[in-house]
Amino acid sequence: MSHPEFLWRNPEPKPAYDVVIVGAGGHGLATAYYLAKNHGITNVAVLEKGWLAGGNMARNTTIIRSNYLWDESAAIYEHSLKLWEGLSDDLEYDLQFSQRGVLNLAHNLADVREGRRRVNANRLNGVDAEWLEADEVKKFCPVVNASDSARYPVLGATLQRRGGIAKHDHVAWALARKADAYGIDLIQNIEVTGFEMVKNRVTAVQTTRGRISAGKVALAAAGHTSVLAAKAGFPLPLQSHPLQALVSELLEPVLDCVVMSNAVHVYVSQAHKGELVMGAGIDTYNSYGQRGAFHVIEAQMAAALELFPIFSRVRVLRTWGGVVDVSPDASPIIGRTPVDGLFINAGWGTGGFKATPGSGWVYAHTIAHDEPHPLAVPFALERFTTGALIDEHGAAAVAH
Amino acid sequence: MMLIDCPHCGPRDENEFTYGGQAGIAYTPDVDDEAWAGYLFMRDNPKGWFHERWFHAHGCRTWFSVHRHTVTHEMRPQP
Repeated sequence: MSHPEFLWRNPEPKPAYDVVIVGAGGHGLATAYYLAKNHGITNVAVLEKGWLAGGNMARNTTIIRSNYLWDESAAIYEHSLKLWEGLSDDLEYDLQFSQRGVLNLAHNLADVREGRRRVNANRLNGVDAEWLEADEVKKFCPVVNASDSARYPVLGATLQRRGGIAKHDHVAWALARKADAYGIDLIQNIEVTGFEMVKNRVTAVQTTRGRISAGKVALAAAGHTSVLAAKAGFPLPLQSHPLQALVSELLEPVLDCVVMSNAVHVYVSQAHKGELVMGAGIDTYNSYGQRGAFHVIEAQMAAALELFPIFSRVRVLRTWGGVVDVSPDASPIIGRTPVDGLFINAGWGTGGFKATPGSGWVYAHTIAHDEPHPLAVPFALERFTTGALIDEHGAAAVAH
Repeated sequence: MMLIDCPHCGPRDENEFTYGGQAGIAYTPDVDDEAWAGYLFMRDNPKGWFHERWFHAHGCRTWFSVHRHTVTHEMRPQP
């Protein structure tokens, strides 16, 4: 038996590139891909301190949706969702993108009001959204406990039918294969340890495998962005937290949509392979440990059983943690930094996977033109000084 | 789960506490927008030792500071 064809080369770093992207996760790879595809910039290296797509790209719960409340968020996430809808064809790879619908359950009057308001806001922004009454929720997702006897009864739900899930590894591999085919160097096991600057302009990165000159440097390092920014000498309003998720043993198909609940606080979907994939909130303290506490897992399993009594005897197969960079308004930071030629794309916190193609698209534009993409303008770092926050805490249909 | 050494109650389970973030952020009234943004939003986020606050919410309700390593989660009292 021969080894299957490699999807990308494993090149040695060259001494200089036009653009160096730090981080070969989903966002870094998507940025590389769109730099080449949309802007013809191919003298690019993507540097990864671990292995390709082994951080949050390997650890998320793969939920894709765009039903955010605020205009700025709806615009960028909807742009991303539209890209998802063509991405398998575009990348010539089956991403197992499945638009099976995302339910956000309401369990109290405040949830109902918030949900209805968000449905209306979404529709005004061209994002598909529906309000389901409790009996309609029951019809759409029969395994949810929508009975009156539940401790936190389901009073209704928002539904985004175009939302769903995708196979995260396939997304990373497909983006990597295409970026590599454009001649972009994807280099693993290389850590950026510092930046060289001349008159406040970045000129090179120092790495564990030597110095690499760079016309521009683009951070796409998620939970480790603060560490890199500190080396470049500027502060960020980010805090890195553990975010845990878990999967059950493999089951026959039982849940054919994504169910999220803020009030009970868990989100559940069933992966193509058959395991239930669950996640919830962050561990509250700062950490780079890629692990969290068991009581957080216990709370999300309790929430899952509240919603799905049918899962009471399902066994947990595996739990894990990633490091998410959370911003004060739970919205990303995209754009320029205080250092010329050094760009930031961070702060996606607990919800970056859904944004993968949209983030790469606007970030590539921002890097190529030295000017933020129109969709990225509101997400500039300056908003924390001007006060023009995009406050998705509690507005984003999920508790962060 | 971390075992957190409350200065009043001694070592207790993490879920008795709530997290207070970076310690030593002084209130700075009457400053320009940049300094105000710094006070409100900019926080250290080190990979390593971090000076932070905890609140024994389900205990004696004492606020206190510790140094904790953000990779190993090892804690030591404020020096």
